Amino acid sequence: MKYLPLLVAALLRRKARTLLTMLSVTAAFALFGMLDAVRVAFEAPESLIGIDRLIVASRFSIIQPLPLGYLSRIQSVAGVKAITYANWFGGVYQDPKNFFPNFAVDADTYLAMYPELVLPPAERKAFLDTRTGAIVGQALAEQFGWKIGDKIPLQATIFPRKDGSNAWTFDLVGIYGVSDPALRGLERQMLFRWDYFDEGRDPRYRPGTVGWYAVRIDDPTHASRVAGAIDRQFANSADETKTQSERDFQRSFAKQVGDIGLIVTGIMGAVFFTLLLMTGNAMSQSIRERIPELAVLKTIGFSDLAVVGLVLAESGALLVLGGVAGMALAWSTLPAVRDLSAGQLDVTMQPQSWELGLCLIFLIALAVGLPPALKAKRISIVDALAGH
Amino acid sequence: MPWPDTEAIVGGLRKPLRASGLALAVSVGLWAWFTAPLMLLAPVALFAVWLIASTQGRQVLAIAWMGIVTIPQRLGATSVVLVGIAGVVGVCVALQAMAEGFEATLRSAGDDDTAIVLRAGADAELSSGLDRAAVTLIAQAPGILRDDRDVPIASAEVVVVANLPKRSTGTDANVEVRGVGREVWLLRRGVHIIQGRRFKPGLRELIVGRGAQAQFRGATPGSVIRLNNQDWRVVGVFSSGDAHESELWGDAESVGAAYRRNGFQSVTARLVQPQVIERLAAALTHDPRLRVDVQTTRAYYGKQSQRLTQVIRGVGTVVVVIMALGAVFGALNTTYAAVAGRSLEIATLRALGFTAVPVVLAVMLETMALALAGGLLGAGVAWAAFNGYQVSTLGSNFSQVVFQFDVTPALLLQGVQWAVGIGFVGGFFPAVRAASLPVIHALRAQ
Repeated sequence: MKYLPLLVAALLRRKARTLLTMLSVTAAFALFGMLDAVRVAFEAPESLIGIDRLIVASRFSIIQPLPLGYLSRIQSVAGVKAITYANWFGGVYQDPKNFFPNFAVDADTYLAMYPELVLPPAERKAFLDTRTGAIVGQALAEQFGWKIGDKIPLQATIFPRKDGSNAWTFDLVGIYGVSDPALRGLERQMLFRWDYFDEGRDPRYRPGTVGWYAVRIDDPTHASRVAGAIDRQFANSADETKTQSERDFQRSFAKQVGDIGLIVTGIMGAVFFTLLLMTGNAMSQSIRERIPELAVLKTIGFSDLAVVGLVLAESGALLVLGGVAGMALAWSTLPAVRDLSAGQLDVTMQPQSWELGLCLIFLIALAVGLPPALKAKRISIVDALAGH
Repeated sequence: MPWPDTEAIVGGLRKPLRASGLALAVSVGLWAWFTAPLMLLAPVALFAVWLIASTQGRQVLAIAWMGIVTIPQRLGATSVVLVGIAGVVGVCVALQAMAEGFEATLRSAGDDDTAIVLRAGADAELSSGLDRAAVTLIAQAPGILRDDRDVPIASAEVVVVANLPKRSTGTDANVEVRGVGREVWLLRRGVHIIQGRRFKPGLRELIVGRGAQAQFRGATPGSVIRLNNQDWRVVGVFSSGDAHESELWGDAESVGAAYRRNGFQSVTARLVQPQVIERLAAALTHDPRLRVDVQTTRAYYGKQSQRLTQVIRGVGTVVVVIMALGAVFGALNTTYAAVAGRSLEIATLRALGFTAVPVVLAVMLETMALALAGGLLGAGVAWAAFNGYQVSTLGSNFSQVVFQFDVTPALLLQGVQWAVGIGFVGGFFPAVRAASLPVIHALRAQ
């Protein structure tokens, strides 16, 4: 603590330089916070929720549906505890810009399979009782100002109705929340009943088929064994399956969009490299100017170690203040980004981004502070005081 | 040795008028530079003449030259600014080149001479569906060009998605398989076989686009691809210079049979001339037997690229603005240091009778020259590293679209524009600072 006034004095020595250096650190970490939030969102959250779920879809391609008849055959596989199914609908609400995922589900089993979707019991009952019923997430309901009892028209892009029209209408019977704020992305979905969808669709669009099955297994460590057993059931049939964990299923989608991780790493690499040069330059400049002062400190009995510590603390303070401010800035602007993009870009900074950011702050502070610190350690008192 | 304190940076809170005046000047300068850079050409030319012709102008050049030749003494600090600005420009150019490349790939797949017919309401071929009766009606519609045997140049196509492992990751990705009709070669005249031969109708043969060949394992002539559990032989590679290069092509009937489909996804037809699109659209949409949407392929493919390019451009702008802010702070830091280091020389000049104007202009010229060099470096690196760099992403047909980064001259100019803008802001405040140094203090401080 007794060194604190020294540290403050060092930072305030050139207020302008300190401020500008800190602001460039802030800019770099603000960018890091935002981009890393995007990266994390694309790599699917590392949560324990859903670890015991498998997704069974067509092996040949995502557009091939599976027969509903597979339901009981999958159920009979050892290790399968529960099963549900769903079908992508891809409906458009008013304008393609309003994109949100919407799909047909088997109401009862789907809600049991996904306990993280929290629906009040009365609304749950209404969903089970209403053939034309639909439920939406809180975030989506807020975005479009929907209330329970509203009729929501969706324009089909894939599945026309029996009469050939594309207009499907659903009754909003429930609004669900999520059990964990990290899963807020799930609140931008609309779910409606598969039986209503299956009866209503044009008979040429393969009624009696589902897009995918979701399966709960009794023990997550048996996932690959159960997945293999399911796929063997249907090997060499007209509709072969590919069973994978829910997280792998999501990841394979993210991977197809592109290597977001690589792009983010590339940009951040350029940013941090520059940052390293910039703060490193400012630090070494500041130490160069203070060589006589450091010599005085040594003369009056500061150990080499204490001087090294002081210099490192200075770079640490610059990085921590600027970096944390930057990440806080990112954290607080991301909600605004969500509103500006009409909910399309809805990411939040997760704890793992904070951890990674703090690690980076520490590493950069060390990389920036160490060379001038060692220089300060090496100065000889006599030379420095003599002005050599 | 006067280093500016915080007061000086803000132009002195005690002098709010001057501060807001400076801020206004900077904003106006930046606004003009980013909205209408060409408008500034005339003033810049006048300025150059003034530099060479007038006494004050030659003073500016002399001082700026002094700054530039002393750069080697401040190599560390200067290269920081250079690299910082190069980084901003590099990222800016690379991100925009990605958007540009994607847009160009899809845009060039469409033109005004061909029309695409989809089921009403379908937003992409994959979600569309047309039965045989509809396809026959569409091909006979008015305005469709016919070949020398009087067959309409129209291709009823089946579009499906297959899983193939990507070369880069080894994991499965969605590949678009397009079953095409016999007239397709007259329809899409830009398609050329560059290796092997065309597929034979009725056989399980495929030709692969050049982009697909580069991205997916097994998409090479001679190899066998499994579509819906059937073996298909790859017999050739085609180039088209557009989004179709990401696709695998086979005979429509065979592909449809493999996927147990009896219908088609779309009909693409060559028009007699672009103007007939309205007549064709009217004829088809008013036909009570059909429920279809008709548009030129230019309109269709233009829409397909819109969403992604908007996202890339938006994100790219945010990233570049934040990076540019960081670079401005770095440039300010370095230029302030440079001005402080030269305060004695500047004060001497002022004592000799140089006015403030040449000092301000010289510092700004120096910083902007540095920024320009950084910008050229960044743009050059981006061009060398990314021009033609091939990647793929998920397109609207839920399958991979292969495209190349397209570093156009316009983007390079845009990057340099950013660099000069950063140099302008980074040089302006220190320049004003340099001019307002109290001469006596500066001389005495030594």
